[in-house]
Amino acid sequence: MLAYSASELWSIFIMQGFAGLSLFSVLLLMALGLAIIFGQMGVVNLAHGEFMALGAYVVYLCSTLVQNHAPALQPYYFLVAIAIAFVAAALLGLLVEWSLIRYLYRRPLDTLLATWGLSLVLQQAFRSTFGAREVTPTLPDWLMGSFKPTESIDIPINGVFVMALTLVLTGAVWLFLYRSRAGLHMRATVQNRAMSGAIGINTGLVDRLAFSLGCGIAGVAGAAFTTIGSTGPDSGSRYIVDTFLVVVFGGTASLLGTIASAFGIAQGQSVCEFFLQGTMGKVAVLLGIVVILMIRPQGLFASKVRS
Amino acid sequence: MLAASQLSVGYGQSQVLHDVSLAVKPEEILVIMGRNGMGKTTLLKSLVGLLPVRSGSIKLGALEIATLPAFERVRLGIGFVPQGRMIFPSLTVEENILTGARGPVATSVWEEIYALFPVLHQMRSRKGGNLSGGQQQQLAIARALVTNPKVMVLDEPTEGIQPSIIKDIAKALKEIRRARKIAIIVSEQVVSFMMELCDRALVIDRGRFIYETNRDQLDADRIRSLLAV
Repeated sequence: MLAYSASELWSIFIMQGFAGLSLFSVLLLMALGLAIIFGQMGVVNLAHGEFMALGAYVVYLCSTLVQNHAPALQPYYFLVAIAIAFVAAALLGLLVEWSLIRYLYRRPLDTLLATWGLSLVLQQAFRSTFGAREVTPTLPDWLMGSFKPTESIDIPINGVFVMALTLVLTGAVWLFLYRSRAGLHMRATVQNRAMSGAIGINTGLVDRLAFSLGCGIAGVAGAAFTTIGSTGPDSGSRYIVDTFLVVVFGGTASLLGTIASAFGIAQGQSVCEFFLQGTMGKVAVLLGIVVILMIRPQGLFASKVRS
Repeated sequence: MLAASQLSVGYGQSQVLHDVSLAVKPEEILVIMGRNGMGKTTLLKSLVGLLPVRSGSIKLGALEIATLPAFERVRLGIGFVPQGRMIFPSLTVEENILTGARGPVATSVWEEIYALFPVLHQMRSRKGGNLSGGQQQQLAIARALVTNPKVMVLDEPTEGIQPSIIKDIAKALKEIRRARKIAIIVSEQVVSFMMELCDRALVIDRGRFIYETNRDQLDADRIRSLLAV
């Protein structure tokens, strides 16, 4: 560690910071979806990672299709693919809620088992369809490469793009939750389900919408993920634990908390990993989280009103 | 307007309401008096659809609604103000009111609400959970009002509220009945509030109505004695 000069250390810090930003983006998108679903209906969706993998596979499919049939569209397909990834994951979410989850409300252990089973089913479905080997979509050229603000700093463009995508989507989710009527119904249902029904809100419909929205966002997380890693059947499950960590650490009912905790965890891991090597970095971050949760069991940000 | 007949409702093994029937006429204010645990809340919750009925029928106009979920009954015209007010604590006052609306709320409705409850206008950007009990009660009434009810159902609106606000609420309810021409069902324990408000009063005891009186024969002492333990 002492072998680095001050300016080298600074460059490493910046670059690891940017690597952390990509991880932050994926974690934040995953956590947003998970927090919406958990906050809305108390369902812990263990299959959430597979919705992310679905989004990644959708991008891969689009990439392959475009390459084989319309190579001229290659520079543009990625943007459309993100939208398709959202729709595909949201539709699958709709189907899952309708066929499985809605029978299991208020039975947390059963939903845990059911969504875990679902995650296994989906993983095997991916394996049967796309093979066990990891796949990588061909990214458009404008996403490749990096710019160098100084000699020793390298900032990858795909990381910046994913970051921007995440910011836009987070903003859109915020607008939806806090400025639209459907978002208002969602927040009301979270706070008092029985009363929401008694004021004329169709809470079953709100649940379905929330579940499908959360899954759709996971699909976009998957699309973002393809720019920083290759997709395998179990890619999603590798992210699910970190995502839960983000949600618990941030406090479930708080958008700001989710953002802050995703940022903290991703940056912590990224920077620690460089200096302490892989696993030790994770251990350090986990220890930090355990200590903070002992002091603040309700998470970083919990809303303060009397009820 | 709203008519329930032969309602039986209970929790698990215990039956709370025994073949209860009641009907409220258009533009009538019906007050249901009873001590704690006699079945007032159970009755009102089953009217609104928060509790399933074991047997019996509930009709809104000509429509049978006993099997409909709560949100559909509300949309058909039953506005509900629950016991304990059940304001959404981390929504603002304005947002709390909006939860009851389908589609945009007309300016005239906002004006109506803020004329009835000026304090809500001052508090409109505050979180519902930070309001006092009386303010929350007014908010709960406003929230029910934007569902555009034909019948408004209120469960113990005076519970835990200071006397001056109780008078305001009685006045507001009469004003709502006059302006909106709707029927109102209120459950209560406070006799003075009932005297102020009711066109007709019922007394419920152990899940059955034991006394009924119209406003012109209203006898406060008789009702007090029925409520005494």
